[in-house]
Amino acid sequence: MNSIDVENLHFTYPESKEIIKGINLSVKKGEFLSLVGQNGSGKTTLAKHFNGLLRPSKGKVFILGEDAKNSSIAELSRKVGHLFQNPENQIFEETVFAEIAFGPRNLNLPEEEIEARVDKVLKTTRLAKYRDTHPLSLSGGEKQRLALASVVVMEPQILVLDEPTTGLDLLSIMGILEIVKELHKKNVTVILITHDMGLVSELSERVVVMGNGQIIGDGTPKEIFADDDLLERASLEPPQIMKFSKILGLKPEVKVDALYKRIVETL
Amino acid sequence: MIEIKNLHFKYHSQTEEVLTGIDLSIKKGEFVSIIGPSGCGKSTLCLTLNGIIPKTISGEFSGDVIIDGINTKDREVSEFSRRVGMILQNPESQLFAMTVEEELAFGPENLAIPREEIEERISWALSIVDMGNKRDEFPGNLSGGQKQRIAIAASLTMKPDILVLDEPTSQLDPVGKREVFSVLKGLHEKEKMTIVLVEHRTEPIAELSDRVVVMDKGSIVLEGTPREVFEKVPLLRELGIMVPDISYLTYLLKEGGYVKDIALTVEEGRRLFI
Repeated sequence: MNSIDVENLHFTYPESKEIIKGINLSVKKGEFLSLVGQNGSGKTTLAKHFNGLLRPSKGKVFILGEDAKNSSIAELSRKVGHLFQNPENQIFEETVFAEIAFGPRNLNLPEEEIEARVDKVLKTTRLAKYRDTHPLSLSGGEKQRLALASVVVMEPQILVLDEPTTGLDLLSIMGILEIVKELHKKNVTVILITHDMGLVSELSERVVVMGNGQIIGDGTPKEIFADDDLLERASLEPPQIMKFSKILGLKPEVKVDALYKRIVETL
Repeated sequence: MIEIKNLHFKYHSQTEEVLTGIDLSIKKGEFVSIIGPSGCGKSTLCLTLNGIIPKTISGEFSGDVIIDGINTKDREVSEFSRRVGMILQNPESQLFAMTVEEELAFGPENLAIPREEIEERISWALSIVDMGNKRDEFPGNLSGGQKQRIAIAASLTMKPDILVLDEPTSQLDPVGKREVFSVLKGLHEKEKMTIVLVEHRTEPIAELSDRVVVMDKGSIVLEGTPREVFEKVPLLRELGIMVPDISYLTYLLKEGGYVKDIALTVEEGRRLFI
């Protein structure tokens, strides 16, 4: 069973032009997929269909094999966790603990289970020492980890990260990514929306390129970043390492370590 | 042009100093990039360059910031707003007028500059940011990159000698980032403007700047040309700063004795192998 199946999806906001123009996409369980493309290409609009925030104008979306139209946002959000760009928009409780416990409380879980889940997540997101702190006094990177914790505590099988690293410094970014990598190892399906082609090459197994409401490319990072024509159409800048491996006339690589090995072998 | 001497600053709300003794001088026409982990004091340092600290945001301030020979302690912020243009992360917070033209006219009108000269300044500023065709546009309709270019143009109409930009592209998509960096390149190369850029991505820093200043915990820990700074890969990694991939790759190759130097750009990398 796939995590996500999208069949001939179209979406139009009321009194607006069509944003999603016929998308077919299947995401396997445990896949790490990056969704890239210019602003306005439809990445976020597509992803909002995965947890029911948006409903298709035409076509179908299946989550874990079930037609999403038969489930409420609340039901879908147990399966699909969604982390947005600006963590402040997702934070509203008085303490870090209460913030993370909010979701599980709505599931009517017993109090001991809620505590157990929250404490586990506090550990994985390295926020345990802030258990009783007011969320708004955290730093930018910590707030984003808190927002991620509130999503992870619901134990979703699919995680959608919409530009989770915008405006964060590198140490904060690495903090977020460590957590995401751990979840991916536990077979959580990850959909990462980002403009950072370095992250895409580093993390993803598969890259889907969107342009003007359609999918215009789908492949491994190496395949996508070696396709100059596609990059041009999507206004994407190939990673430096890809450019450099081409200049040296070597087989395309996207990671520093891989190109280093290749150069040393060739010399 | 900019002279900073033994600068210390502590916000009233905090217990520790955010700037713990900064000494830095920046020459006319120089392009200086400042980099460092969150909370290292780089944004606070920017706010001292036009007198907002200590004049508007007060705290415990000691040391001197001298702009064009004038100490920021001795004059009002309005004096420096003509000399130092300040561009922040989010262009939306800086735009307020109904048209691009009104946005650009606002600053010079407040200085009571004659109409013809305002007109000239607007045309000049719009040509620099390559937005001459958007004069009558509502700023809200522009893309993120265009908005930031208008924010830059608005500060150019004050004819500043110095432009200070605090992570001007962090909220922009790759196209917008490219647009803004290309404007900065033009301002530096053609208009010979002094530029202070706070930025956390090292690729544009390597390409654009004359000098890189690395800050940590309120002080300058490393300073030099991009090459001198980006060679110190292990130190930078400790601070959570990633050098451009091409520099990291050539650093590894240099350590292994395969190349003589590190490269700052892909083009430089190519030359190492000829």
